[in-house]
Amino acid sequence: MAVVTSDRGRRQATQANFLYRPEVRQVIYQVVLVVLLVAFFYTLVHNTAANLRKQNIASGFDFVDRTAGFDVSQALIAFDSSRTYGRAFLVGLLNTLLVAGLGVVVATILGFIIGIARLSRNWLIARLATVYVEVIRNVPPLLQLFFWYFAVLKALPPPRQSLSVPGGGFLNVRGLYLPAPVPEAGFEIVALTMLIGIIAAAAVYVWARRRQRLTGQQFPVLWTSLALLIGLPLLVHLMLGSPLAFEYPELKGFNFQGGMVLQPEFLALLLGLSIYTASYIAEIVRAGIQGVSKGQKEAALAIGLSQGQSLRLVVIPQAMRIIIPPLTSQFLNLTKNSSLAVAIGYPDLVSVWSGTVLNQTGQAVEVILVTMCVFLAISLVTSAFMNWFNRRMALVER
Amino acid sequence: MVADTDVAAKIEAPPRNTVGPIAWIRTNLLSSWSNALLTVIGLYLAYEVVSTLIHWGLISATFTGADGSVCTREGAGACWPFITAKFAQFMYGRYPEPERWRVDLVYLLALAGLVPLMIPRVPGKFWNALYVFVIFPIIAFFLLVGGVFGLLHVDTALWGGLLVTLVVATVGIAGSFPLGILLALGRRSKMPIVRWVSVSFIEFVRGVPLITVLFMASVMLPLFLPPGVTFDKLLRALIGVAMFAAAYLAETIRGGLQAIPRGQFEAADALGLSYGKKMALIILPQALKLVIPGIVNTFIGLFKDTSLVLIIGLFDLLGIVQLNNADSKWFSPTTAMTGYVFAGFVFWVFCFGMSRYSQMIERRLAVGDRR
Repeated sequence: MAVVTSDRGRRQATQANFLYRPEVRQVIYQVVLVVLLVAFFYTLVHNTAANLRKQNIASGFDFVDRTAGFDVSQALIAFDSSRTYGRAFLVGLLNTLLVAGLGVVVATILGFIIGIARLSRNWLIARLATVYVEVIRNVPPLLQLFFWYFAVLKALPPPRQSLSVPGGGFLNVRGLYLPAPVPEAGFEIVALTMLIGIIAAAAVYVWARRRQRLTGQQFPVLWTSLALLIGLPLLVHLMLGSPLAFEYPELKGFNFQGGMVLQPEFLALLLGLSIYTASYIAEIVRAGIQGVSKGQKEAALAIGLSQGQSLRLVVIPQAMRIIIPPLTSQFLNLTKNSSLAVAIGYPDLVSVWSGTVLNQTGQAVEVILVTMCVFLAISLVTSAFMNWFNRRMALVER
Repeated sequence: MVADTDVAAKIEAPPRNTVGPIAWIRTNLLSSWSNALLTVIGLYLAYEVVSTLIHWGLISATFTGADGSVCTREGAGACWPFITAKFAQFMYGRYPEPERWRVDLVYLLALAGLVPLMIPRVPGKFWNALYVFVIFPIIAFFLLVGGVFGLLHVDTALWGGLLVTLVVATVGIAGSFPLGILLALGRRSKMPIVRWVSVSFIEFVRGVPLITVLFMASVMLPLFLPPGVTFDKLLRALIGVAMFAAAYLAETIRGGLQAIPRGQFEAADALGLSYGKKMALIILPQALKLVIPGIVNTFIGLFKDTSLVLIIGLFDLLGIVQLNNADSKWFSPTTAMTGYVFAGFVFWVFCFGMSRYSQMIERRLAVGDRR
């Protein structure tokens, strides 16, 4: 009730008001946070510098130009022990991208098959798919990698008792030997027709869509594209007398010569990652298809679309909208999980760069920061691409 | 007329081809030619899997023996004596044998707290939670580490097996809880710098693999500390795991925060509650309850990820199995497979149990929504 009359009292009241204002408080909190963060990072940098000096470890990125002095068992670009650390980094990065890229493709195909199987009207098939999902999803991916690598692939017979794979391949403890394609004279023309086929198929797709929009007439785009993409190059290939030869692996002495070889580390990583991620993708696909309301399919059947058409034109496009965002995060998980390669010795980025290079140079800070930045960059690029794709697929509301 | 009514009143059994096992098989397995074909493929697959498992695990398996030589014969299945002989190691690692009762006691105490906490009907959730989250960790710490009350000190380097798996997973999730809540609140804060710091931390950690975080914890953390200060390898791994889990937990909790209607925030403001009281008394209790399934799923993910600590030289369940697979005394072609199947089964039991629990909670919460 007391009315503030004195000068001092009024000043106190405004001061109190000032400190109780939310905007002022927010500024104070944020300043405190910034000061704390700066102090924290300053201590880190200071301590790190002191520790590095004490242990006589150089800092900076001069080491990338030094000779690596170690070999890598699988390299997509030429590499040997006389190349630099920087080159070793590239080799590791390419190996990571290779296994992640292939893994994404295999996991997606397997995941879609199993996800659809879980919704099958056939009781047995649905149960089998459920068992797959529940078993695979609840076992650590690293354990699955070990299983495929140490218990399956490393337990295969030696080269002399290789298991043969249909099509001239062999499977043994050293890996999977496959026939390697060798292009001969004239193959460039086949490659060229392949390129022409792709362009032509794209043109047909655009033209058919426009015609359908304008006239309502449909055009068998799928079959035409298949003919252009596969039929045309195949025809030219046969006309030129098959200018593509295959080099078959042959047993010479104790090992196979010729052909191409997929190493057991690579196979184990690809199998383990694909099978594990597929169990998650299957659940995403199932949820996506179940998320499309039943009325949509009934409406599609009611306007006279066939079962296949209603699935292809009505259900799947809508399910894809639900499926794509979580699918993106599974692709990223697979890429991140490819770093488990270090445990079975596949020369990926983590194994070559944060393993061997880190041990040889001792420059932990630089090496680990670079590794983290690479994974962050892959994450950002993938999510940017998938966001773009998602926007294209998203519902266009009028 | 009378006869007609009688006929209509007589209850006929349903036609034989719409009920009973034969009808079930018809509709679920053989409704069309393609369906029948699928059934045949499914039967073949199921037969292959089940027969391989039974053959490997029972018929051609070895059950007794003193070393790996009993499992080396041609076509031998599982080498179960390997598991029996190493069982104690798989559970406790190199924890000294006379002290292992302490680990068992910790498990018992944990069960005594967790079981009533997880059954929704049991009353006294507050005291129960207080025990599980405050009193139990203190008792467990002193029991496991020792060095006080006449208990022998057991160095963490001796810990191993399921013990390490459970310790890393539970301490990881418990340690990540406060940070996760702070990050989730920070991400929804109106203060730009707070939001920016939270978002960068969350997105950074979620963008990199756990291995790099663990590498950072084990290689870079010692560099960050003042010269001369070192600390335990297990603790370093725990810090890495907790930081990693915090980022994922923050996103889960953010989902819960977003699901709370605006009216709840406004009502708390209208009552004159401060920010802290508003969150602690009104918003978080509701938000956290909503995301229990999400938290359990994060925990399942973390539980599986604990196996990665073997890469930085700790021996969790998988690490100790991997170590023993290389034991020359037990060398045989099937030792590794047996070890992995055993470890896989243990992991599976835990993860599957937790996922079932989370589904049950989800159903309970859904019932509340429908009311």
